[in-house]
Amino acid sequence: MNRDNIVIEAHGLTKRFGTFTATDHITLSVCEGEIFGFLGANGAGKTTAMRMLCGLSKPTAGTARVAGYDVATEAEKVKRNIGYMSQKFSLYDDLTVAENLRLFGGIYGMKRSEVKAKTRDVLVELDMVATLNQRVAALPLGWKQKLAFSLAVFHEPKIVFLDEPTGGVDPVTRRRFWELIYRAADRGVTVFVTTHYMDEAEYCDRVSIMVDGQIRALDTPARLKETYHAASMYDVFYALARTARRGE
Amino acid sequence: MIVPMSLLYLVEKEFKQMMRNIILPLVFLILPLAMMNVVPRLLTQEVRHVRFVVVDNDHSTSSEQLVHKISASPYFDLVAAVGTGSEGLAQIESGDADLVLQIAPRFEREMVRTGRADISLQANAVDGTKSGLGASYAAQIINAFAAEIAGEQGAATRAEILSSRFLYNVNLDYKTFMIPALMGMVLVLIVGFLPALNIVGEKERGTIEQINVTPVGKVEFILSKLIPYWTVGLVLLLYCMVMAHIAHDVSPRGSVLSILLFATLFLLVISSLGLFVSNFSDTTQQASLVMFFFLMVFMLMSGMLTPVTSMPAWAQTISLFNPFRWFMEAMRAVYIKGSGVSDLLRPLLCLGTMALVLFPAAVLSYRKQS
Amino acid sequence: MKQFSAFLLKEFRHMGRDWRTLLILVVMPVVMVLLFGYAITTEVTQTRTAVLDPTHDYLTRRITDRIAANPFFELTATCASAEEVDALFREGRIDLAVVFAPELASAKAADASAVVQLLIDGSEPNQAAVRQGYAMQVIQEELLTASVASGEPVTDVSAQIPLINVSTRMLYNPQGKSAYNFVPAVIGMILLLLCTLMSSISIVREKENGTMEVLLASPLSPAVIIAAKLVPYFVVGMVNLLSILCLAHFVMGVPVEGSLVAFLALSVLYIGVALALGLLISTLVSTQLAAMLLSMLMIVPTMYLSGLVFQLDAMPLPAQAVSTIIPARWFMDGARRLMIQGVEVRHLFTNFMVLGAELLVLFGLSVLLFKKRLE
Repeated sequence: MNRDNIVIEAHGLTKRFGTFTATDHITLSVCEGEIFGFLGANGAGKTTAMRMLCGLSKPTAGTARVAGYDVATEAEKVKRNIGYMSQKFSLYDDLTVAENLRLFGGIYGMKRSEVKAKTRDVLVELDMVATLNQRVAALPLGWKQKLAFSLAVFHEPKIVFLDEPTGGVDPVTRRRFWELIYRAADRGVTVFVTTHYMDEAEYCDRVSIMVDGQIRALDTPARLKETYHAASMYDVFYALARTARRGE
Repeated sequence: MIVPMSLLYLVEKEFKQMMRNIILPLVFLILPLAMMNVVPRLLTQEVRHVRFVVVDNDHSTSSEQLVHKISASPYFDLVAAVGTGSEGLAQIESGDADLVLQIAPRFEREMVRTGRADISLQANAVDGTKSGLGASYAAQIINAFAAEIAGEQGAATRAEILSSRFLYNVNLDYKTFMIPALMGMVLVLIVGFLPALNIVGEKERGTIEQINVTPVGKVEFILSKLIPYWTVGLVLLLYCMVMAHIAHDVSPRGSVLSILLFATLFLLVISSLGLFVSNFSDTTQQASLVMFFFLMVFMLMSGMLTPVTSMPAWAQTISLFNPFRWFMEAMRAVYIKGSGVSDLLRPLLCLGTMALVLFPAAVLSYRKQS
Repeated sequence: MKQFSAFLLKEFRHMGRDWRTLLILVVMPVVMVLLFGYAITTEVTQTRTAVLDPTHDYLTRRITDRIAANPFFELTATCASAEEVDALFREGRIDLAVVFAPELASAKAADASAVVQLLIDGSEPNQAAVRQGYAMQVIQEELLTASVASGEPVTDVSAQIPLINVSTRMLYNPQGKSAYNFVPAVIGMILLLLCTLMSSISIVREKENGTMEVLLASPLSPAVIIAAKLVPYFVVGMVNLLSILCLAHFVMGVPVEGSLVAFLALSVLYIGVALALGLLISTLVSTQLAAMLLSMLMIVPTMYLSGLVFQLDAMPLPAQAVSTIIPARWFMDGARRLMIQGVEVRHLFTNFMVLGAELLVLFGLSVLLFKKRLE
């Protein structure tokens, strides 16, 4: 982790839909190579904030810079430097594993030979070589998630955004998924991840907890537990999240 | 212009998705087959078997000859001979007859004496085509009958001064007229709907997010959606043309190249419109409904089934903005009359303008950042 | 029953939330009827005419003036050469050309062969036939009156030719207003396609989203679930029907000569058939795209085999046989007869029977297929 090099930086980032403020003046910064956990209950505004950071949604107020570029005015430059895995793990169901990788490799301007070599490496790493020519629709959920992650980092971005990447799978599968995240972080990739699982929160270098569109706490898991006199991240989260006024 | 590599990958993806759909390739294969082989055999606006009732108040040799002449023609079937006009009307009322022919008393005597005689026709006008053409055919037969009598009397007929000739579709064959339009309809049904469902489908499935988060260019993205439909459209058109040739021996009198030019423009216009609608829709249902509206307007206000010149002025004005109208006019002109591009500058200009407006509209309406 | 109404409420809520779609559903049919009711007409009202007159003598000018004054013709061009006429035809700018041979007025019948020639664009056969008939009649009359007026007969014999005066009267629809004829047909077309499209897509969408599984896991029978899905669209169909009917009657002046109750009953049955058709499609396919495509392909038989524009009795027998299962045929026929001719309900027995039978068969088949998929 390189503490001097800040790659994600938000100041008063706000998104309003009509009278509803989904994300309310959030301020944070993330260093290069850090695994940043972005926590919050359902409807706290995590996804909205993440979509703004990815250049998918224009902020109503405030500014944010990702990889050195302004997300509002230089969204396309931001996109060149990031990977994104959405909640819906947006793979093309009707394409095969290889075709999905080739498509996204191609979009980022990778050469065909390069894509081919990389595809092999990735599938070996995921232990999914046999699925090369299988349609994504036929894969189990856990495999789809691993694949979606690999797709997000396929073009070797500096930063990767993961929106609830491990929803709906068993703890073993989740653990394996996190191994992929660690490996990416070891390569110097900054990981910005939202999650519901408090055990996953413990794996992060730092976490923030969002309630009602605002960041209520931001620190390392250890220090947060200290501040809130809690035994686990679960207790920290519970202490904060129950003050929430808006539900889902 | 250097074609970015990513465009190739995107186009490849669209083609694969299209061909992997269970239903699409089947529709590509069968729809043109049905439209070129089956539909033209059904299509006829020819009016035959107009059912008529005769009220012969004269009962002379001439009147009987005339009735015989009409009922012998393939256009008319004599249903009944009744005594009074009101009985004839009753037949129309009950739906048993379309036309009542009433011959005036002393028809024969008047004709011999003064050269003038009266016949009245009453037609069920609920069906405009049937009544219009039925009455017109009946009048023709009656006039021919009059001329025949004149001929018997040794007189020359006026027909020798006045003659008429049908151009292009000399045999007045309805198939010749409809086949180029049916080709257009195949393109409208396929290339009109599919692009409209494409982007909105990616929205519903969530895959569009994954594309939006990449640095892919807007023009590239829209082009990658457009090129496959455009290709499919041209291939289907050629497929239709080959089948029309085999099944009906209908081939364009003009050049195939000019057909391809108009098809290229038309496909660009219609798929751009579909993508534009798709960009604005939240759900497939919405996109389908909006396109349904557009395509119905395109088809029904194009002159495909009923002539544009018969429409009220305001409707004719609307049809100026109907790309299908121009494409079909061009298709028919090239097919039937052998017109060249230089004869068809108006359709060319209109389609070209629409393409110049709609393609940028499709690109600009695609938003990568909400 | 309580569960059923809960389901129903859910369906209505879905629809209410998606107000954009609802707006489209309610407004679109009205706009379509307004557009098509006036625009679809087979009447030949305008014949763009060119005249090629090399002599400009008394008679040719008389005929030209006569054509210019007749509202049926629109004198669009006066050409100087045959090439010019030809080009106008190829560009599609004229439908008819009147070509005079030199020295028409002085021509004698005996040696004159075709001194006035009509050229008619035969592309569209019916229009061409009507135009030919009318133009011939107008010019013949003019030749005749001209000969009488000038005292010098154009032909020595014209006065002797017996002229049968044919007076034609159009019944029910005396002005030949095609709106009368096409409005019931347009209503039939729009209702069928719209209802089929709505119901097929909305059911398949639940399949795509996986929410159908949830519904099926409930203790309600499939038939009830299906019914709950269809009821809101039935309501939309009825709203469309009534708005179209009001529009047609009060704005476009289409009469409702026969029984309004019978017309509504026929329409209800017809909307039911359309929804059942959509339902059947939804049991056959699994994606919205496919549902949409199949629903749209209904356009083809509905346009060509219903008697909308094309005469059914002129079609080959197999086609006529197929047309008997096209629901639009029976609705259009019934609606035309009820609205415009005002026939008594007993004459529509077949229409009601066929639509009723189709409703039962389509719905029954769908429920069967639906159950089969569950097993």
